[in-house]
Amino acid sequence: MKKYKNQTLLLLIIALFILPFFLNSYWLDVLTLVLFYVVLTQGLNIVVGYTGLLDLGYAAFFAVGAYTTAILMTTFHWSFWLTLPVAFLFAVIAGVIIGTPTLRLRSDYLAIVTLGFGEIVKILATNLEITGSASGIYGIPRPAIGSYIMSTQKDFYYLILIVAILSIIAVYRLGRSRIGRAWIYIREDEDAAEAMGINRIRLKLLSYASGAVIGSIAGSIFAVKMSAIAPLSFSFLQSVMILLAVVLGGLGSIPGVVIGAVLVIVLPELLRGADDWRHLIFGVSLVAMMIFRPQGIWPSKNGTEDATDMDENGKSNDPNQSMSV
Amino acid sequence: MSLLTVKDLKLQFGGLLAVNDLSFTVEKNSISSIIGPNGAGKTSVFNMITGFYRPTGGEIELDGISLINKKPSQITKLGMARTFQNLRLFPNLSVLDNVKSGMHCRTKQAVWGALFQTKSQQEEERLIEKVALDCIEFVGITKNMKRSAKNLPYGAQRYLEIARALATKPKLLLLDEPAAGLNFEEKQYLIQLIRRIRDEFSITVLMIEHDMALIKEISEHITVIDYGWKIAEGTPEEVLKNEKVIEAYLGKEEVV
Repeated sequence: MKKYKNQTLLLLIIALFILPFFLNSYWLDVLTLVLFYVVLTQGLNIVVGYTGLLDLGYAAFFAVGAYTTAILMTTFHWSFWLTLPVAFLFAVIAGVIIGTPTLRLRSDYLAIVTLGFGEIVKILATNLEITGSASGIYGIPRPAIGSYIMSTQKDFYYLILIVAILSIIAVYRLGRSRIGRAWIYIREDEDAAEAMGINRIRLKLLSYASGAVIGSIAGSIFAVKMSAIAPLSFSFLQSVMILLAVVLGGLGSIPGVVIGAVLVIVLPELLRGADDWRHLIFGVSLVAMMIFRPQGIWPSKNGTEDATDMDENGKSNDPNQSMSV
Repeated sequence: MSLLTVKDLKLQFGGLLAVNDLSFTVEKNSISSIIGPNGAGKTSVFNMITGFYRPTGGEIELDGISLINKKPSQITKLGMARTFQNLRLFPNLSVLDNVKSGMHCRTKQAVWGALFQTKSQQEEERLIEKVALDCIEFVGITKNMKRSAKNLPYGAQRYLEIARALATKPKLLLLDEPAAGLNFEEKQYLIQLIRRIRDEFSITVLMIEHDMALIKEISEHITVIDYGWKIAEGTPEEVLKNEKVIEAYLGKEEVV
């Protein structure tokens, strides 16, 4: 299995690059949206999956990126590429702003504060003049590479595809580094992590900031792809859908989270034939998922190999497992 | 030379005085113990030394550096490691990843190194792995390396917690009831392990323990506390003969 992992990945990437030539514009649009979700879920995966901090306001960072790019391009006539580092900076600031008051909070309380933060950002966007109030910002120019102006569906598909691949690599590498392990230690046992010399305050802030940066990049690209943005795109529902994809796929698991993103976007589209029933079917399938496979579709194994161990010994030492039977 | 100096340490929870004017020192390269009946304040003392509780008053110094108002992570970096009374492992992670956590405070690669897999990052990862493997081998749980911590037998979980603490390369190791829940053979192994930690790594060990046989066998110095007060200290022989200690453990003899 493991031997063919690289080949499979390579084939998948090649397939994704040639796919636009075989899809109609409807499905290409769905696929583009899936890729946006892949980026967003990878960013949220750092916060919720690795560090274990429940975040119900993640769409706020998506908004920070989108509005930063939109405002700089329309009001100040910046080039798209130059807006990215500014969006990066604002995302870090937003990440620290949401992070600081939540450092001492856990679970329920944390969820409520992040929910509030998400709403604050949305309400600000709806009421501020610079963000175009409720109607949002429209007429965002297309980005240019040299003299080529990106305008077709395919251009944006490839742009977000590359960003999705890069964000997967980034999150994968972070997860297997000293920083990523520290995040996971905090998720597993915050006090024990602190006792092992991990500065939880600094690492939690770094987690929020890293997640925020990835979300904001998706936002920046979203702004130029749509060429118009409105507060509605950054609602609570958006945060919930991103979180849903992460939990559905498997917290902290990179392939799991990608599958989660695909399902959350593609499933409702496939169910279009069922008309009014589609949201009900979607909802019921989510409930069923959580009952029968609470750990997610492709759960993270955290580098453990208990399964093979159990095969050798013929029994499991995990009391939880034997209890749940 | 004393490695740890505790002076007039006081801890008050509202109206309850948990630890009162406690002073003691731990000599470099010694194996020392704190004993006392349940609820005497032993773990509170540990939690103050490691920075989890903020003392109401008093002074704690490690190797001449004050630990007051320092965060637990800073204290670990200064060279103190601990285990917990009720195991606090990272349950879903492998033994190897559990132990790697100890090296966090001895390494420094950040986001940049991770993203670009720089040469120094890769070297550091190799170092982290090597130290972790050495610590795992030292406590003797190498065959369980890839299993998740929660699936280990109880004894191995205790040794794993010690391996994880050793990976922080401490000067002083605090063990909070290391023998709790271990059977006779495991206790014998633990005694050997604690001796080896001191002899091979020159790490000073301070522990809280209830098992008197174990304490008598390996402790060189004992501090006895009861109701937050120090009631005796000295070598095991001296302490176990002390009337106040016997009284604290067995109760006062009725005067007929």
